[in-house]
Amino acid sequence: MSSNESNQMQEPVVIVGTGLAGYTVARELRKLDAAVPMILLSQDNGSFYSKPMLSNALAMKKDARALASFDAAAMAQQLNAEVRTHQRVERILPGEHKIAVDGEPLRYSKLVLATGADPRRLRIDGDGADQILSVNDLADYDRFRQALAGCASVAILGAGLIGCEFANDLCAAGYAVSLIDPAGSPLARLLPERVGAVFEKALGERGVRFHIGRGVAAVDRVLSGYRLTLDNGEAVVADVVLSAIGLVPRTALASDAGIVVDQGIRTDAWCRTSAEDVYALGDCAALEGKVQPYVLPIMHAARALARTLSGQPTRVEFPVMPVVIKTPAAPAVVVVPEGEGEWRIDSASHDTVHSARAVCHHLHSGQPIGFALVGAATADKAALLKELAAAAAAAAAV
Amino acid sequence: MKIWECVICGFRYDEALGLPEAGLAPGTRWDDVPEDWICPDCATGKHDFEMQLVSV
Repeated sequence: MSSNESNQMQEPVVIVGTGLAGYTVARELRKLDAAVPMILLSQDNGSFYSKPMLSNALAMKKDARALASFDAAAMAQQLNAEVRTHQRVERILPGEHKIAVDGEPLRYSKLVLATGADPRRLRIDGDGADQILSVNDLADYDRFRQALAGCASVAILGAGLIGCEFANDLCAAGYAVSLIDPAGSPLARLLPERVGAVFEKALGERGVRFHIGRGVAAVDRVLSGYRLTLDNGEAVVADVVLSAIGLVPRTALASDAGIVVDQGIRTDAWCRTSAEDVYALGDCAALEGKVQPYVLPIMHAARALARTLSGQPTRVEFPVMPVVIKTPAAPAVVVVPEGEGEWRIDSASHDTVHSARAVCHHLHSGQPIGFALVGAATADKAALLKELAAAAAAAAAV
Repeated sequence: MKIWECVICGFRYDEALGLPEAGLAPGTRWDDVPEDWICPDCATGKHDFEMQLVSV
């Protein structure tokens, strides 16, 4: 083998992004291949932290430093990889197996895009609109904590998973919380409306003030905070405004390089993008056209991708994946049904004021394809997961 | 009895409560949790991430 070929083989696997997706791929790949060189590029300081805990950390009195379980140096050592912090990837040149990072070329054997997503922003009028905060990484969380200092009230835009978790967390930490969402019930994308109503009641009794079915027209600065004008003219006053209305995959780097992008960076079931040796996963990616949010799909995709990168092409197979909403006042677990089904509310088994259990049945077969549990009914999670897995296996066998 | 926390998702394992639905009886110590156990919320393996001790 010439030294040139040998060098070619030694080109590193380059991972863009050091969130859960990037670090998990690196860890899984290192388990399979002790020798392959790896370089991880972080746009921030590269600390590893538990992202789901960002919306649960306040009541546990954890600040940003306490959430960062390992810094970049510790991660580099654990992974036996190079972790470069505060890097800006400018360009991907897929034809040359090269990227440009802060003006310098970097060659890769395989490239993994784990660039994450940006918080979705609403167009809102008013001179306070540009001071609305969002929390999508540890640095955001640090800013949010600083903004909360000396404050007593928070208005949250968006009653999805993150908005509801923050509402509960802030309430438990003693803040007055208003939660505003244009949908007809909280967690509208996850829970059927009647289950959402039980969730709303339980959180409401804990002190969260819901403004459901309402959008925000304007956010204006007032003497000691902000005045939010809702679309029905009602006003909500708060010291801090937090937006939690979803994420937009970061796809610019890929699309600038001519890589196919739809809802996110498009990949097949092997996490392969349209460019050779370029892969994507996590919040930036649309696996077979579908963005898979939350932690569990990332873990499954990362394990399969690591195998693929190690030379054993492995299809990402998602099992039944429950979404856990960490709201201690009204804990909830959901398996969102794929395809059409009919929700049936089972009101016999638990206290129906603070607890709800609904199972979604396939329209034709009648088999369970999803469920939504709130409160005490979450105890049924394991049994229902088994039922769903058994129904899925039976359906696959047909 | 101790409480452990998954560093990825924040799931808490309370030794006193165990995890009966996963076959871990109340009082099962973290050391005695099987090596193939995975976090029910994020599927992280016991090996991959030492659970952090949050309280004793």
